[in-house]
Amino acid sequence: MTTTTVTAAPVRAVGRGHVRVEGRDKVTGAARYAGEVPFAGLAHGWLVLSSVARGRIEEIVTAPVLEMPGVLAVLHHGNAPHVETDFVGMMGTRPDPTCAVFQHDRVPHLGWPVALVVAETSEQAREAAESLVVHYDEQPHDVEFSAEDPDARHVDGHMPAVTDKGDLEAELAASAVVVDVEYTTPEEHHNPMEPHAAMARWDEGRLELIDSNQSATWVVGDIAQLFGLDPASVHVRSEHVGGGFGSKGVRAHQVAAVMAARVLQRPVRVVLTRRQMFTLAGHRSPTIQRVRLGAEADGRLRALDHRSLSRTSTVYDFVEPSAGVARVMYDADAHHTENRVVRLDVPSPTWMRGPGEAPGSFALEAALDELAEKCGLDPIELRLRNEPDKGPVSGLPFAARNLRACFEEGARRFGWDRRDPRPGVRRDGRWLLGSGTAGASFQAGALPSTATITAEADGTFTVRIAAADIGTGARTALTLVAADALDVPTDRIRVRIGDSAFGPAGIAGGSMGTRSWSWAVTAASSELRERLVPGMEIPAQGITVRSDTTEAVAALARKERHSYGAQFVEVAVDPATGEVRVRRMLGIFAAGRIVNPLTAKGQFTGGMIWGLSMALHEEAARDAYFGGPVGADLAGYHVATHADVPHIEADWVEDVDPEDPVGIKGIGEVGIVGVAAAVANAVWHATGVRHRSLPIRPDRILTAGNGA
Amino acid sequence: MAVSTSSVITLHINGEKFTLPVDHRTTLLDALRERLDLTGTKKGCDQGQCGACTVLVDGRRTVSCLQFAIAAEGREITTIEGVADGDQLHPVQQAFLDLDGYQCGYCTPGQICSAIGMLGEHAAGWPSAATEDVRPEVGPPPLTVDEIRERMSGNLCRCAAYASIVEAVARAAETPAAPLIDAPQDTKEQAA
Repeated sequence: MTTTTVTAAPVRAVGRGHVRVEGRDKVTGAARYAGEVPFAGLAHGWLVLSSVARGRIEEIVTAPVLEMPGVLAVLHHGNAPHVETDFVGMMGTRPDPTCAVFQHDRVPHLGWPVALVVAETSEQAREAAESLVVHYDEQPHDVEFSAEDPDARHVDGHMPAVTDKGDLEAELAASAVVVDVEYTTPEEHHNPMEPHAAMARWDEGRLELIDSNQSATWVVGDIAQLFGLDPASVHVRSEHVGGGFGSKGVRAHQVAAVMAARVLQRPVRVVLTRRQMFTLAGHRSPTIQRVRLGAEADGRLRALDHRSLSRTSTVYDFVEPSAGVARVMYDADAHHTENRVVRLDVPSPTWMRGPGEAPGSFALEAALDELAEKCGLDPIELRLRNEPDKGPVSGLPFAARNLRACFEEGARRFGWDRRDPRPGVRRDGRWLLGSGTAGASFQAGALPSTATITAEADGTFTVRIAAADIGTGARTALTLVAADALDVPTDRIRVRIGDSAFGPAGIAGGSMGTRSWSWAVTAASSELRERLVPGMEIPAQGITVRSDTTEAVAALARKERHSYGAQFVEVAVDPATGEVRVRRMLGIFAAGRIVNPLTAKGQFTGGMIWGLSMALHEEAARDAYFGGPVGADLAGYHVATHADVPHIEADWVEDVDPEDPVGIKGIGEVGIVGVAAAVANAVWHATGVRHRSLPIRPDRILTAGNGA
Repeated sequence: MAVSTSSVITLHINGEKFTLPVDHRTTLLDALRERLDLTGTKKGCDQGQCGACTVLVDGRRTVSCLQFAIAAEGREITTIEGVADGDQLHPVQQAFLDLDGYQCGYCTPGQICSAIGMLGEHAAGWPSAATEDVRPEVGPPPLTVDEIRERMSGNLCRCAAYASIVEAVARAAETPAAPLIDAPQDTKEQAA
């Protein structure tokens, strides 16, 4: 036994850069991801996906495949265990039926899972899966997304589909200046570098799942419900996660692995291929958005109308709530916002980094730039003239809205005051130059979480929480938060995450992870410090306390809580080739307390590069004739790489919400928001041509130039 | 005539010899990950498009998903597990750690192996598309950020830690590195 010394720690850990605590494992290859944990007797599952976009399975010809070397089983709708999908899970929704594999013979989209081939080796499983003959009764499909679709419906999702304030049409009619424009964004895919992987093993009625996910709690809950299990008998671990961006929830591969492990009574691993991820991992729906702005000659908004149409599958209603951002960003006498969805024979979309805000801000912030041009106003001045003093639609007070500070600091550092507002007048050799700006916001939320902290006999502290580090640096951030909350140096803190056995915790998503988990860690620390009297002896098993923030999170006053940012971009456009190069980017954010500046900088700039990639590269093409994605890989679907990324800077202004117990707002998504608009606005400034469809491809630059 | 679909091969990896039977369809990547438990080399796309599986083969960077294991016999293979000198990290590893040249870490082994190979290519005077003067007699071009970005563009990072990766590679380039490839030493027999 030793005595506690919860006294000396003069230096605060939060706010100082700290290298990742698991960094050494990541740079030496020692960090094991879900598909890399060895198991004796492991079998390999390979999913077989439908080759038609709509129809019924008539026959799956399993006999020849079952005779192939090493093949152990072929699971399909004729022999798979039943799973139950009639429940509402942790995310407040029913599960996407795409994950409830092999329950019926219907095929609702191309790339729908129809079978799992399990074999001794991955080579055998793959060859057998590719040899499996499936006969379909093919039916006509419709994958064409159109603004005129008569079946478009309002869908609430996580926010009301429609909000109204004031008399929109009257305010538009009375406006001196009106902008009425349509914007489109394409289907986009998360493409985390680590493909989805799961290993399932049954052991005396208990299920063990090694998985790559954004929340062990979420996976435990849904898997238990799907298979009719007591959640206490399901154990999910995800030590390291190779990116998620919204795509790593409960998906077909986990369910298929659990089924196969149960049928074969041996461990089974199922890993999605990169190509399979394009239909099974979710995606961001394309959007068609109409924005109408009505303003006085001085730029003050009388009317703000934002209508978004997105697309979902025929089996699951998911709405990309792009109009939501217009409800909180700018003041206007009348507001109308609405999100509608059409069902087509396509895979189910899902949350993808900056859901709603990323495509929504492209339309809204580009429309504001068009309004600024019409009013002859500086785009930043226009925004500042429409700063609300309370939620424009909700009427709720803001908690720390520091958008103005972001614009002012950003403008100063970017050199905005030297900008000539005229478009198409700057040249550098073959390049036309321009710069653009846009505002950003993303909701700051928190989810109930539990944490335990053990004061160990050796004077260290072990924090256990079912957090997921998907690249956000959560393990490190929580180390810093715990160190400060316990008032000890960071080297006395050990944080263990990624394990459902640690109790329920919120997801790594919605920019809520670090905030939710820090809250639970802070609460447990406070209680532990009350239990620890200086000089007291710690027993060998340590002293453990547990926190649960469910009540505290629910008790937080209702306010408009958001992170904010101002994005600045300089582009060069070659009018002869249509090439657009971003030359520099600056993002200034007001995003609450920044826990670890070293990792935060990477997360902000990473988000901004997502925005650059969205503006110029990313677009999944879907072929209307066969109904599937074209070029469903990283050669066909372009994401930004090293040479696309210029000098990029992210920084932040002081942003304190005095009512918030941890002061954290969340930084995962706000970095992407507004960037695509800033790029499009800069392209206009360079060329004098507005680009209202993403991505701004070379052919679009060339075509627009011909027509202008 | 019976056709054999597997062979016993010997791979030289990180200074060790590994003898194992492999299915002829097994890629070098799968041999490393599934047969030899060298899981530091990552599978991001299995199609040679992302660079996550980059290893050094005879000192040159190679996407191990596009190479059959049987074709790598006799070559000197260096994976991320063999880059450090014992507990002493390679300068590229150290710079990635210090400058946060990653987020989720999944592309990181490939980025690091690629950077090590790239620095060798640059030192040998190889030009890139970003090189202004490509005449051999002028020697290696200055290793500007544009050179690093161009030469590292085969390695995708979806977390988009590109700014700090470039910074890390630039810093490592200023640090002399220990020799990478050691002669194969002991032999480890792998069970069938």
